Amino acid sequence: MSDAEAHEFQFGSAERQHEAAISGMWLFLATEALFFGPIFLSWIYARHADPSAFDAGSRHTALMIGLTNTGLLLASSFTYSVGLACIAFGSRRGMVIWLAIAWALGAAFIGLKFGVEWRMDLKEGLFPGPNFAIHGPARSGAQLFFAFYFFGTALHGLHLVVGLGLVAWIIFQAERFTAERHSPVRVVGLYWTFIDIIWLVLFPLIYLIGRAS
Amino acid sequence: MNPSAAPASYLDDGHTLRSWLFTTDHKRIAILYIGAITFFFFVGGFAAFLIRYNLLSPKGLIGSAETYNRLFSMHGILMVWFFLVPAVPVTLGNFLAPLMLGARDLAFPRLNLLSWYLFMVAGVVALYAVVGGGVDTGWTFYTPLTSFYSKGHVIAAVVAIFIAGFSSIATGLNFIVTIHKLRAPGMTWYRMPVFLWSLYATSVILVLATPVLAMTLLLLAFERIFGIGVFDPKIGGDPLLFQHLFWFYSHPAVYVMILPGFGVISEIIPAFSRKELFGYKFVVWASIAIAVIGFLVWGHHMFVAGTSLFSALVFSLLSYMVAVPSAIKVFNWIGTMHKGYIHFDAPMLYAIGFIGLFTTGGLTGLFLAALAADVHLTQTYFVVAHFHYVMVGGMVSAYFAGIHFWWPKMTGRLYPEMWGRAGAIIIFVGFNLTFFPQFLLGYLGMPRRYFAYPQHFEALNLLSSAGALTLAVGYILPLGYLTWSLFYGERASANPWGATGLEWTTPSPPPTENFAVTPIVTEEPYQYRQAETVNHE
Ligand code: HEM
Ligand SMILES: [Cu+2]
Repeated sequence: MSDAEAHEFQFGSAERQHEAAISGMWLFLATEALFFGPIFLSWIYARHADPSAFDAGSRHTALMIGLTNTGLLLASSFTYSVGLACIAFGSRRGMVIWLAIAWALGAAFIGLKFGVEWRMDLKEGLFPGPNFAIHGPARSGAQLFFAFYFFGTALHGLHLVVGLGLVAWIIFQAERFTAERHSPVRVVGLYWTFIDIIWLVLFPLIYLIGRAS
Repeated sequence: MNPSAAPASYLDDGHTLRSWLFTTDHKRIAILYIGAITFFFFVGGFAAFLIRYNLLSPKGLIGSAETYNRLFSMHGILMVWFFLVPAVPVTLGNFLAPLMLGARDLAFPRLNLLSWYLFMVAGVVALYAVVGGGVDTGWTFYTPLTSFYSKGHVIAAVVAIFIAGFSSIATGLNFIVTIHKLRAPGMTWYRMPVFLWSLYATSVILVLATPVLAMTLLLLAFERIFGIGVFDPKIGGDPLLFQHLFWFYSHPAVYVMILPGFGVISEIIPAFSRKELFGYKFVVWASIAIAVIGFLVWGHHMFVAGTSLFSALVFSLLSYMVAVPSAIKVFNWIGTMHKGYIHFDAPMLYAIGFIGLFTTGGLTGLFLAALAADVHLTQTYFVVAHFHYVMVGGMVSAYFAGIHFWWPKMTGRLYPEMWGRAGAIIIFVGFNLTFFPQFLLGYLGMPRRYFAYPQHFEALNLLSSAGALTLAVGYILPLGYLTWSLFYGERASANPWGATGLEWTTPSPPPTENFAVTPIVTEEPYQYRQAETVNHE
């Protein structure tokens, strides 16, 4: 191979390989958006059928934790971007530090969401089933709300855990990246930010809409 | 690789099991896939055979409606998700896409291998579901039957399709990126063979529609496990929501089951007519149009399900529109054959059969898209006949056409031509015998999915079952002579059909790296000169 830079054998150049990796990730995110689509659609649709029960359910959620978590995720996307800018300027050390902060913020989200908030919810008896805590006419609709809540946040949490794994992998591989060659950092960054966007749809569905009315 | 000797073929690049199971070579993965889907095709076919056996008598011969429900569900699930959806993309597409582009492999070879493993895991779970426990919901999994009443292994079946979906997504994503990024120098978009365009359109559908199905199935499983009403009206859900989401995927998915077939046919017709493809750009853009409009017509499966009249009218109209690009293609193929120097080799016989059967299926689709007619015909054998004409008459014919056409390239051997032609004719006759009577049965009002029927439908049902037997012979035949040719077939030259396209410029079977030197493309596709003859030998 005449190219000074290494690339996999099916690509003509390292640049091509970089483009393929980035466009592959964008396409993957498109599939993810459509994957979450039916949850959001069914959620909105079900709320439309029984708004007051959904609102009753929503008022049992922990708004402060939700807000804090939103802040954590936004901050972690921001720090990730700073890390990316660092490596683009050739500072590997800067990248590692900022990515580690991004990782910690993401981990804090997981801790708060599942270690604190879910535990509270479960203790209050908000998990759908015979022991569900909300009674009266709103009972069945509120159960549906919480079914969506647990399902949606679990799925989002799963994506975030995968993201934590990827960010950790980037940090451990930091030696490999230079100002010219760091496609994986960019690719993982796209995914990391995307998880935020999913949360930004979940957040109002869970905490805000029900409180507004 | 030794530069002085001719490079070894991909088949000789390692003979251990390991060299196959851990390969990232797109050509070997294609062969792995051919093995897998052939297996599912015959298991699904066996279920169909039992269905036709049962319907030999008005009272049903297998004794129980329960068993019958399980049989047709097994047939539908295996055939749709484990044969038709993957059939052409993962086999011919995998093998040919890099070759046609002048590339060495797909953009993500490891993802390609992963998709095969996902497919196999899905296949095992599906077999467990349909053979082990049985599923009685039909391939459409309609709620609330599925969420509440059904006793079979619905969850297992749903998990299987969920996993198979991710295999499809991986494949589609790989093709799209490959076609964008790995075209050889000079291979502009309009110099790409139509097969690649249809693969591209198919991949767009796979990538954008499959995730919706995946999540819909997940919600279904979730509803069943937790007893929460998303789709089940008894506990506050809405069954129509399920149908909307299901058909939002499944109508585009029926085009996944036909677009690659269009691609195959568009390669074969010019090659055996010794003529340029008529109206190349129309054919290309028709594929893209189908992929786009296909997303807008799902409501035609729900005319009698309680949607509003307005939405039914709009969906009816849009469904008419989606037939236009398909019709354009049919005209273009016929235009290509017109005044061509036609050779009736087996691939061409399959291709001509395809045109006839697909057109019949498409036209009857229009009957069903007409709101008034559908109210009468829906849930009858007319629908069954319609989709078998497009899916089996169309896609399965195209798959066989493609397998025969590229067989020399894939294996380095020629198949016996006389047997090939005989197989094509038997399949065509058997197919019509099986499914034409079903149009009549449907028109006369025989409902689908019942294991018994009134006496006066007996004659047509007998005819249909006789056809199924013929069809079975036709499908088993290629299994025999193609396998035979692997060992005893004549060696194939690089281009036994005298066809155009980069895949024919490299030896048969191709070396692992596909091309010794990256090709440079300088002309449009399908540059056939009339006088040239096909040299078989
Ligand atoms: C020319 C364009 C087509 C039109 C206008 C059309 C129209 C329709 C309509 C209106 C139905 C619903 C009938 C009912 O349930 O009452 C239907 C069913 C069906 N079509 Fe088509 N179709 C077309 C092409 C295709 C193609 C190309 C395929 C597959 C390769 C296909 C596969 C199916 C299947 C599988 C069903 C039955 C689904 C079920 O199990 O209920 N169609 N078609
Ligand atoms: Cu349809």
